[in-house]
Amino acid sequence: MEASFYAAKGRYPGILGWIFATDHKRIGLLYLMSTLSFFFIGVLLGLTLRLELMRSGMHLYSAQTYNAIFTLHGVIMIFFFIIPGIPASLGNFIMPLQLGAPDVAFPKINILSWWLFMTGALLAITSLFTGGGAPDTGWTFYIPYSVRTGTNISLAVFGVFLIGLSSTLTGMNFLTTIHRLRAPGMTWKRLPLFTWAIYATGWVQLLATPVLAITLLLIIIERFMGVGFFDPAKGGDPILFQHMFWIYSHPAVYIMIIPAMGVISDIIPVFARKTIFGYAAIAVSSLAIAFFGYLVWGHHMFTSGMSDTARIIFSLLTFLVAVPSGVKVFNWVASMYRGSIKVDAPFLYALGFIFLFSIGGLTGLAQGALSTDLHIHGTYFIVGHFHYVIFGGAVFGMFAGLHYWYPKMFGRMYEEHLAKLAFVVLFIGFNVLYFPMFISGYLGMPRRYYDYLPEFNGPNLVSTIGSWILAMGLFILFYNLFHSLIAGKKASSNPWGGATLEWQTTSPPPHENFDKTPEVTKGPYTYH
Amino acid sequence: MPLWQGNPLELLHTRLNRCPTSSSSKCIYYIISISDSGLTITMTEISPTPHKSIDYTGAKLGMWLFLFTEIILFGGMFLGYSEYRQVNTSDFHDAAKEMSLFFGALNTIILLTSSLTMALSISAIKQGAKVRSMLLQATTIILGAAFLGNKFIEWREHILHGFYPDSPELLTMSHGKILYFGLYYVMTGIHGLHVLIGMGVICFMFVLTQLNKVSSTDYIKLENTGLFWHLVDIIWIYLFPLFYLIK
Repeated sequence: MEASFYAAKGRYPGILGWIFATDHKRIGLLYLMSTLSFFFIGVLLGLTLRLELMRSGMHLYSAQTYNAIFTLHGVIMIFFFIIPGIPASLGNFIMPLQLGAPDVAFPKINILSWWLFMTGALLAITSLFTGGGAPDTGWTFYIPYSVRTGTNISLAVFGVFLIGLSSTLTGMNFLTTIHRLRAPGMTWKRLPLFTWAIYATGWVQLLATPVLAITLLLIIIERFMGVGFFDPAKGGDPILFQHMFWIYSHPAVYIMIIPAMGVISDIIPVFARKTIFGYAAIAVSSLAIAFFGYLVWGHHMFTSGMSDTARIIFSLLTFLVAVPSGVKVFNWVASMYRGSIKVDAPFLYALGFIFLFSIGGLTGLAQGALSTDLHIHGTYFIVGHFHYVIFGGAVFGMFAGLHYWYPKMFGRMYEEHLAKLAFVVLFIGFNVLYFPMFISGYLGMPRRYYDYLPEFNGPNLVSTIGSWILAMGLFILFYNLFHSLIAGKKASSNPWGGATLEWQTTSPPPHENFDKTPEVTKGPYTYH
Repeated sequence: MPLWQGNPLELLHTRLNRCPTSSSSKCIYYIISISDSGLTITMTEISPTPHKSIDYTGAKLGMWLFLFTEIILFGGMFLGYSEYRQVNTSDFHDAAKEMSLFFGALNTIILLTSSLTMALSISAIKQGAKVRSMLLQATTIILGAAFLGNKFIEWREHILHGFYPDSPELLTMSHGKILYFGLYYVMTGIHGLHVLIGMGVICFMFVLTQLNKVSSTDYIKLENTGLFWHLVDIIWIYLFPLFYLIK
């Protein structure tokens, strides 16, 4: 039995052994720590936003600061936290283990991705304190404001460009890994569904991110050279910018949510002690979401100016995405039916995911329909919707995965009662925070505004109180996870009784994962 | 166990027994080469070092995936081109008259030839002709430099005529012309940047070949560089008609 990868002697000692690590597990943990740090900053910014919006007429800081803070909250949460969140951290750590591989296909490109990610993040942070000050465009960098504002857009945009490059390389690396490094007997039909999800995500990262890259480059070129691509005075078309931005940024939503769906698909059969219902349907629906997700960007622009034909087609395609998402939800529920369910923390988070994601998904349909979208476009309804999908979906999925694989990653168990308590507080706080947004949005409260009319006081006060409960839940959750790093009791190699390969090696795994290359003879959810 | 079965004339150099990425057993490469002096079989024993083992197919797959991303990156600009051309068709025709067909055609010939020398350098290294491969790589670099030199002369000419983004002279012209020159500079500029990066990578390969890190048994790096170079070439094949030929 080899020592765990923490003890493995690499080329460099100490901290350098992490910064220059090529071991996918170390890189996964580097990503985990860096993305969680950004999540923490994003949460603090979000809390101040909620405080500012507690009641109408309340001014903690200036309108310009407010613009900078909501921009920052969006940019950090989306580009620094949730896009790399599950694929680059849990995906890096777990996916090669699930394949029975010693590492990813290109370990050096893997660490290069992390460096690019960190460089991008540092550049974006530098942009806050240099030049014209913190960007204030919102995370979408819409033209023409992003070209005309005096704030330090170029540097921030270049930072996001590097993060995009990092994400592309990760996608390329993972796709090659899944194609080439599966252990003997690991056929496509025996691939765990988390790995299937990472595979689908890899294609989205690969095929969508370059569009963001060129869009961001064009912003920089526009700012420095005034080429006029998006400037109507020079014949350019600002709507083209929106198209190009959403051609990436809508699929990006699936970069966030598909891996979370993969986590849930892996957790449910383990805790229901029953093989997954509709394995092929879940695997194919990940690919279907990735495919259709590429074709629906226009639904962000129903009010921007498009022909009716285009809008009807985009609306139809948007409804089609709901089909594979629904397939997943029904299959998860069917997998639990007549199972021998053990309600441990990962399972609770998975249930939370299904509930919150369903609300987020169904409210999404209200926006996919042209007539209702005209009413709720640009209101808090949208803010509520995407927080339900991204926080309630992707982030709850990440928390589920974090609890599920925690023993594998750190070799220790967390405190189960505390984890359940954290879930309950988090779940209550989440709904108190975000549900009132559907109401205020439906009543017409516009998003991104510094202040609002007194008639919206009620739902906003409830939201702000919810944000405190949510913060408390997060505190308990992370206190538990960090405290258990030292105080948790030692985990066995397979504490949940999972059948996928990552549970067949020690916790934490040795340097090259398996003492000898595993032979796969049965499916990932066969428990007998 | 037979090492290899089949018609020996079908291959000049073939590698058998690809190393598994991780295994405790050692693995052996058999290199079979046929020349005038007859059939020779060389055996190379490689101990398992997973990160260094060559997964030829994997490396190539990764490179192809990366090339997809490059195509989509340029795809964003081609999208812009097609929209603005659609809206300003006649202006685009007018603006294209400013282009020198001679320089455009010359550059096309140069870049196509450089793709040929690149491909030849790969087949040279496959045959173990190190010096020939290096000479061909150097030729590719020189042709790349010639391409950029031509581009520089062309740009300089346009800039001297007052055609550059946001120039006072350009701004007095029609929207279509402004956009045409905007697209021209951005698309050929980003393409030129790729030529420059490609030249840098080939320089690197030149050194690796000299150090025998790229050799007849391990030439995947050079082959992937070649793929990148051909991509840069192919993008030019589209830029050339869009900016020079449609008048």
